[in-house]
Amino acid sequence: MSTSTAAEVGTLRLATAGSVDDGKSTLVGRLLHDSKSVLADQLESISRTGTPDLALLTDGLRAEREQGITIDVAYRYFATPRRRFILADTPGHVQYTRNMVTGASTAELTVILVDARDGVVEQTRRHAAIAALLRVPHVVLAVNKMDLVGYEESVFAAITEEFAAYARELGVSAVTAIPISALAGDNVVEPSANMDWYGGPTVLEHLETVPVSAEPSGTPARFPVQYVIRHGESRYYAGQLVSGTLRVGDAVTVHPSGRTTTIVGLDVLGTEAVEAHAGASFTVRLADELDVARGDLIAPADDRAPVVTRDVTAAVCHLADQPLVVGQRVLVRHTTRTVRAVVRSLDGADTLGVNDLGRVVLRTAEPVVVDDYAAIRRTGAFLVVDPVEGTTLTAGMVVLPG
Amino acid sequence: MSDSPYALSHLDALESEAVHIFREVAGEFERPVILFSGGKDSIVMLHLALKAFAPAPVPFPLLHVDTGHNFPEVLAYRDRVVAEHGLRLHVAHVQDYIDRGVLKERPDGTRNPLQTVPLTEKIQAEKFDAVFGGGRRDEEKARAKERVFSLRDEFSQWDPRRQRPELWQLYNGRHAPGEHVRVFPLSNWTELDVWQYIARERIELPEIYFAHRREVFDRGGMWLTAGAWGGPEEGEIPQKRQVRYRTVGDMSCTGAVDSDAETLEQVIAEIAASRLTERGATRADDKMSEAAMEDRKREGYF
Repeated sequence: MSTSTAAEVGTLRLATAGSVDDGKSTLVGRLLHDSKSVLADQLESISRTGTPDLALLTDGLRAEREQGITIDVAYRYFATPRRRFILADTPGHVQYTRNMVTGASTAELTVILVDARDGVVEQTRRHAAIAALLRVPHVVLAVNKMDLVGYEESVFAAITEEFAAYARELGVSAVTAIPISALAGDNVVEPSANMDWYGGPTVLEHLETVPVSAEPSGTPARFPVQYVIRHGESRYYAGQLVSGTLRVGDAVTVHPSGRTTTIVGLDVLGTEAVEAHAGASFTVRLADELDVARGDLIAPADDRAPVVTRDVTAAVCHLADQPLVVGQRVLVRHTTRTVRAVVRSLDGADTLGVNDLGRVVLRTAEPVVVDDYAAIRRTGAFLVVDPVEGTTLTAGMVVLPG
Repeated sequence: MSDSPYALSHLDALESEAVHIFREVAGEFERPVILFSGGKDSIVMLHLALKAFAPAPVPFPLLHVDTGHNFPEVLAYRDRVVAEHGLRLHVAHVQDYIDRGVLKERPDGTRNPLQTVPLTEKIQAEKFDAVFGGGRRDEEKARAKERVFSLRDEFSQWDPRRQRPELWQLYNGRHAPGEHVRVFPLSNWTELDVWQYIARERIELPEIYFAHRREVFDRGGMWLTAGAWGGPEEGEIPQKRQVRYRTVGDMSCTGAVDSDAETLEQVIAEIAASRLTERGATRADDKMSEAAMEDRKREGYF
């Protein structure tokens, strides 16, 4: 069906993280530049003083250029013949931690930068903790500015060892450490001639080849109903399958009502299908005339059902300047459902401040249909929203008991 | 997600994401509208909206901000599409505002920056609460900072420092009366993705996207088409060239590029080999200053 000239390649979504002045913008600029994703007019605009300042490629706002820092997450796109990349370029300042969380929420891989002269610092630990909390499947430790420590293997080895030990404590298993100089271009796209002792891949090579899968095999199907399309006598339930596979003939339960029926038709954006897989947007037709609405969830009618509950325990990262307070009335935005809720408890504390990580217990006004975030990211994730201002307050990740 | 046996292809994943965004808006808002310029991005948006709600019709009207300096082929295309799909079209005319003295013609004749006021007034007058735009983050570095759901205040202003964090695929569309949300379903698409998708889906485009003989003249290193908007001026000599357009906008500031690409395949090959960005090659208004796009977006531009 494709008439395009490019071969079909997959996409890797990744996020960067690191402290201020670790050279994050330079690394991203180097990746874009050396993978030939920077075009002549862009290069010209950052080369007014002679040598291109690669960091300027990514700082898109006036205030960022004025202050020389990255304020907000930005998304970059580049491609090689092997893969396409959607890169969330996130700021390093402590006060913008929420943007690191934003970037990590959709990432399959995160690159954490450290300055070889400073080694593992508090921000490095924080970024590793966020990657662990958000269950980013792959972590790359990029030890930058190796040129400033004489390309010494021992410096790299010590940092790698310290980070790996910390990552193990957090439960992060897959860490790939790469010694680089973003400024000089060592091991970013081209292998370094200055570090013979390093036998691993360059950053780009690793990004091109790291195996990523949509989800573990055997993950049960979860189909949040987004919108009901009525046409003639038929009702089509539209949504995006967030996990698993649905097939015509499957026995399914509509949650939270708990009624069971059978799938009689699947239409994947204009093509009738017998099955559809995670990530696809499509419509479902059911055998029985049930009352199904936006916010409901269709799942297999077997023992792989999600949990229907009004008491939600979750790991959270608080994103807003206004604190989250015990007793506060909030909205919970979960899959395609928004419900009223109250904050029951906060880890023994009374409030949660901006950028704080913690654990919250919420009581919802209506049942929500959840999975453990560790099992299924998108039915385990939710936002806490201020009902008056509409502000996004907190990012939540469901933790089911046992 | 290239290694899972059931992973979607790159274009299928982008399509699925955009459809998901259209349906979220349909489920959450009262009065959405799709900005439609007749350019390739808005054409792809409409195509995605048609798919998202099939077999039912698209539940949103279209809104065109008419600069008065349009390419005739593009207006003809717009009207054909509206009729074909039984859509409702709103038009906000820049010319009306100039005639009323609310806006002033610029000395260079460029009307792109003048679109903001008619756009934002139309949004307020019609009480649109969600406005779909075809903006892509790869277009420009201020746009790279844009959210998929972008809250605008009652003056339609964008404040890049006060954006809501946007996590997972959970879009927060809460807004107060008078505020609205700009929605960008093509956020994660690149120019090449758009062209490859147009080819895959066999989507018809206005002819100006393909190479044709046209009378143009040189202004500031760009080939502009002569027209009632005021070009060419003295000393700007028209000549016939084989050109095509990479973007569609106001005739006074949208440049053509020399090209022999007459088919979609040739256009894709040309873009893949181009060393210039789409806006760098063809948009005079973005060259005005380093922060031209950011400044216009802050004022309510899309």
